[in-house]
Amino acid sequence: MKSVEEIKAAIEAAVPGAGVAILTNPSVSGQHSLRLAPDHAVEVATFLRDDAELALDFMSNATGVDWPDKEITEKVKVTRTVMKTVDGVEQSVEETVEETKKRVEPGCLEAVYHLFSVAKGHGPVVIRMKTGNRVDEVELPSLTPVWRSAEFQEREIFDLFGIVFKGHPDLRRLLMWDEFKDHPMRRDYVEPDDFEYEPTAHDEVMKRAQEQRAALAGAEAGAVAGPEGACA
Amino acid sequence: MGVDEGLKIELGKQGVFVTTIEELYNWGRRSSIWPMQFGLACCAIEMIATTMARYDLARFGAEVFRPSPRQADMMIISGTVTKKMAPQVVRLYNQMAEPKYVIAMGACAISGGPFKQGYNVLKGIDRYIPVDVHIPGCPPRPEALLHAFMTLQKKIDGQHLTGEGRPRHLDANAPGEFPVPVQGEHDLEPSANRLVWPLPAEKART
Repeated sequence: MKSVEEIKAAIEAAVPGAGVAILTNPSVSGQHSLRLAPDHAVEVATFLRDDAELALDFMSNATGVDWPDKEITEKVKVTRTVMKTVDGVEQSVEETVEETKKRVEPGCLEAVYHLFSVAKGHGPVVIRMKTGNRVDEVELPSLTPVWRSAEFQEREIFDLFGIVFKGHPDLRRLLMWDEFKDHPMRRDYVEPDDFEYEPTAHDEVMKRAQEQRAALAGAEAGAVAGPEGACA
Repeated sequence: MGVDEGLKIELGKQGVFVTTIEELYNWGRRSSIWPMQFGLACCAIEMIATTMARYDLARFGAEVFRPSPRQADMMIISGTVTKKMAPQVVRLYNQMAEPKYVIAMGACAISGGPFKQGYNVLKGIDRYIPVDVHIPGCPPRPEALLHAFMTLQKKIDGQHLTGEGRPRHLDANAPGEFPVPVQGEHDLEPSANRLVWPLPAEKART
């Protein structure tokens, strides 16, 4: 099978301005992937499927990846001019100081597809697509029109990661119910407090148990006080 | 109360059959418990095996699996109860006619099992409906289900028809319907029915 570089060259020859980038995998498997620009993704996918040499006719697995916002702390050497008194005379001196800077690298969501060729017996070719961010720019083109097997898996990604696939024929939640608002496979998902007790609760568990008991007692008191209040 | 066991046997030898209404009534109840025909996950395969010739649940008068909750006496929660499925399970239980019993079969049904830490699995069906017998196992062997069944029969046999602790269908004040949880934005609402799943009493640390 062609190497990733050759596949990239073939794509760029077939789809002008495809915007394909190679992401190398440093591990032993060396399974490098191709990141597609969402604008041309469907064209590129169609090329990968229909090209006589690649013939990637089988999309075996689609999954999502959540990349949360990342706070990066780095030390930077800064040279600045400081007024200093040297030998009784005030003069400007260049001074090098180490400063710690923090910057936030914005997160994104990613969809990863593994492609195989049944006709040629080769694969996998890994392609990825990245959303703008994790909040409002979460749209990606659906590859279901190219590979039918993506249909349920894209629904699952939509359900668990919240990526909206444009052009998907039936984009509904797959595992969770329709009223559900969260995306459980995201890193910042907070589980509901359907609390589990230990036989001998203590510390953190004890605290949560007491909080729940207090909340429950409050709710019961409210339910009892409600009708009486209405009477008065 | 009842007739002395030795006397009963002695009378039986003489061709005299002595019993009480309670005994007869409970014998009838426990000998024809028809389960509801529904399975939730892999435990259902063991439940099916239990009904087949090798284990033969029919020996206990429970071979007639009914596809309608209206005709069923017992619900075997055989498998993982997902939060998406839980309201339907509670609704089916509500639709069953009294007297009705529940066997929670397998680790998932009694506690969430291996999926307990997950976001989509109910941590035990006893949060919403009263369970008569819990069976651990993943999945439990058919023998375990038979044992659960015999335990349930013993439980029925031991019930008195009057007074405290009488069966629910003879108690006008007993709850007949259990609230069906609503699928909310983050979780099932409420996350448990406190009537059947109360907060455990605080225990002092020893």
